[in-house]
Amino acid sequence: MLPPVFGVLFDGLAYGMLLFLLSVGLSVTLGLMNFVNLAHCAFAMVGGYVTVLLVNRYGWPFLWTLPLAFLIPALLSVGFERVFYRRFYGKSDLDQVLLTIGIAFVSVAAAAWFFGTTQQPISTPEVLRGSFHVLGLDIAPYRLFLIVVGVAVTAALIGGLEYTRFGAQVRAAVDNQRMASGLGINVERTFAITFAVGSGLAGLGGALAIEIVGLDPNFAFTYLIYVLIVVSVGGLGSIGGSLAAALLIGVSDIAGKYYVPQLGAFLIYLVMLAILMWRPSGLFGRR
Amino acid sequence: MTAPALKTSGLSKNFGSLGVARDIALDLPVGGRYALIGPNGAGKTTLINLMTGMLKPDAGSIVLGGEDVTALEPQDRVRKGLARTFQINTLFPGLNALEAVTLAVAERRGVSNQFWRNIAEYRESIEEAYEILAKLKLGDACYQPTRELPYGRQRLLEIALALATKPRVLLLDEPAAGVPHEESGEIFDVVAGLSDQLTLLFIEHDMHVVFRFASHIIVLVGGAIYTEGTPAEIAADPGVREVYLGKRHHG
Amino acid sequence: MASITDAGSGTEPARYLKRQTRWHWAETLFWLGTLLPFFLFPDYLQLASQIAITALFALSLDLILGYAGIVSLGHTAFFGTAAYAAGIFSKMVWGEPFTGLIVGVAAATLLGYASSFIIARFRHLTLIMITLGLALLLEQAANSASWLTGGSDGLQGIEIWPLLGHFDFDLWGYTAYTYSLIALFVVFLGVRRLINSPFGLALRGIRENAIRMPAIGAPSRKHIRTVYTLSAAIAGLAGALLAQTTQTVALDALGFQRSADVLIMVVLGGAGRLYGGLIGTIVYMIAHDQFSGIAPQYWYFWIGLLLIAVVMFLPNGILGGLQVAAAWVQARWSKR
Repeated sequence: MLPPVFGVLFDGLAYGMLLFLLSVGLSVTLGLMNFVNLAHCAFAMVGGYVTVLLVNRYGWPFLWTLPLAFLIPALLSVGFERVFYRRFYGKSDLDQVLLTIGIAFVSVAAAAWFFGTTQQPISTPEVLRGSFHVLGLDIAPYRLFLIVVGVAVTAALIGGLEYTRFGAQVRAAVDNQRMASGLGINVERTFAITFAVGSGLAGLGGALAIEIVGLDPNFAFTYLIYVLIVVSVGGLGSIGGSLAAALLIGVSDIAGKYYVPQLGAFLIYLVMLAILMWRPSGLFGRR
Repeated sequence: MTAPALKTSGLSKNFGSLGVARDIALDLPVGGRYALIGPNGAGKTTLINLMTGMLKPDAGSIVLGGEDVTALEPQDRVRKGLARTFQINTLFPGLNALEAVTLAVAERRGVSNQFWRNIAEYRESIEEAYEILAKLKLGDACYQPTRELPYGRQRLLEIALALATKPRVLLLDEPAAGVPHEESGEIFDVVAGLSDQLTLLFIEHDMHVVFRFASHIIVLVGGAIYTEGTPAEIAADPGVREVYLGKRHHG
Repeated sequence: MASITDAGSGTEPARYLKRQTRWHWAETLFWLGTLLPFFLFPDYLQLASQIAITALFALSLDLILGYAGIVSLGHTAFFGTAAYAAGIFSKMVWGEPFTGLIVGVAAATLLGYASSFIIARFRHLTLIMITLGLALLLEQAANSASWLTGGSDGLQGIEIWPLLGHFDFDLWGYTAYTYSLIALFVVFLGVRRLINSPFGLALRGIRENAIRMPAIGAPSRKHIRTVYTLSAAIAGLAGALLAQTTQTVALDALGFQRSADVLIMVVLGGAGRLYGGLIGTIVYMIAHDQFSGIAPQYWYFWIGLLLIAVVMFLPNGILGGLQVAAAWVQARWSKR
């Protein structure tokens, strides 16, 4: 019989994987273009609502909606990048913050208009529902599924970055943009694709999050704070950093709420502040 | 025997396995006019960044007028008399020249933390700032925002800001960079007119300028000092010619 | 050596700088305008008092944002701390308003001073996250310490004694508005003086080019600590005023929402322009009051669009836009 701490760890890991999916895109694009995109979680929200729409309105099975939950935010992000973001690459932090907060506000209102302000439940496949008893712990298959997806995505990302030519281009551009474009790497195209993948992953995260934390129009902001914490703690431009930070924050949050519920979210803010003050560029950031 | 104006020993810096500064030893006498030349990427600006404190060395020391400043922050080194200009204009776009130089003077005089009196009451600081600007022929343009100044004048403002700190040692990073040949004369007149109590080290690519002003030339290649000597010695050195002078260069 | 008396310059530069800082007639008009609510909108004095308080808060944010270039998403940490401090003080000690203000301001100033050491060391995302983190932390703490703060129900039972023993804080709001307006005006004069001082010039230097500052011998971090502490004190004054004029303090005094709202107000009016925060606050809050019927998410839809429009087309806010318009009019006029 395993003590409850393992249950907490398991739940924390699953939650952390979810945070990773939501955050990794922002971390890489921030490291790549230094563009503070506070509308990132709005893309996540779009992915969630795509799933809601397809499952509830059109009766699609949950798992089949996931590729679209990835694709649609990815395509949307390409559009936004062309129309808005591109003009703000060199601009000040404040300008980028304001632009993207504005976009986030508009998306929240749009979501409320189309889907209402209440949480949207969806039906997940039978095999993922409920929980089974293992070694004295309640393991929810859905959370297990989350961890599997997280591991798969991590492997795909790291593999893509290390072993493909595109990945090498991304790494070069993150390292030194001027040098990279001097080498003939089309930095803008690299960024557009990376941005699309990142937003797509966020959308996937949003869809997967419905079952764990629910989806309502405020998702774009509620989870933005968590995502920003993960990104700043993990270090900009680092996939490994995002993973480490996401897992750390996920476990800390679940553990905090389980063991000391009165403190609520207190614990993760303390963790973030402590880490940032010790390593201002994050755990794996450059400087 | 007076201490050298600026002396470095064993100054080294690595970025990963890339040695951008390798065991650099410099010895600038007071009033010296030293030129630092070398191919692109040799580490000339890096050296200035190390000397001014913008970059922390991995090893070595920097001694300013007999005082070890290796551990000091950049602003403290400025206070001790070490100033620099930037190769790419690093000015205050929204401030006009008068405000910018007055700010530098006020910082030097230690009054910049006073927030209860109107700036206009600091007559001496303002007058000193205007004098510097007038000397650099920027007096008539001093009310225009910096971003509206023509490029050549901005380069002059770079120098004005550095002079406002009343330095003993001035490091000029390509003072006429990007300025068309016809206009760069003004900048070099200013350089020529600087007091001979002021020690100068300047990075330059234009060999005419180097031979006109420098009493001593240091050649930097791949982060290390390749050779140094008088202009005549350097001009005659075949190795230098091969490494640098032999290449086609843009005046 | 050139003498500055050559070419008739004399003390011209000093006089030029003095001219830049002179009181403009439009400013007099503005402050006279703040007296209008007493005569024209006596039913709205409570709202006017809230606008004055928020304008004060906006002014404090503009000081660090518009002048020193520090993007803070957590300035409510000081506003809310002072509000709670003043409120708790009035419950536990006595309800005299001026001492309550001092307590509130002191609490905010101390917190500001302590956090200034951390803030000054960071930039960009790390800075934004630290300011946000501190504020969120305080909000959680206030929520948890409900024995002291009333938690999510808010601080109840605050009773403020009449001002100077005579002027009651009543529902009409005459006292509240007079009180808040005087505080705003006095602090404004102080801030205006600061902006026109050498320190103000140093702040603008930091905003214009933070890298150049150490190269001219400027102790930027020290300057940032000073302005951050002062800004916290002013935000604290606003928070304490809120507690005293509304006689209640809720968690939203520490919340992210208020931080974001005030940031929008400053940017809307035009950051770094002294009056930007004030104008932005007035416009935003009056609009909010007029449209108070609509649901919050639809309000934010328009605010979102407004933000995008401002940042794309009117980067210096309303005041920046007015400046451009005025210059255009002047150019047309002189062509006649």
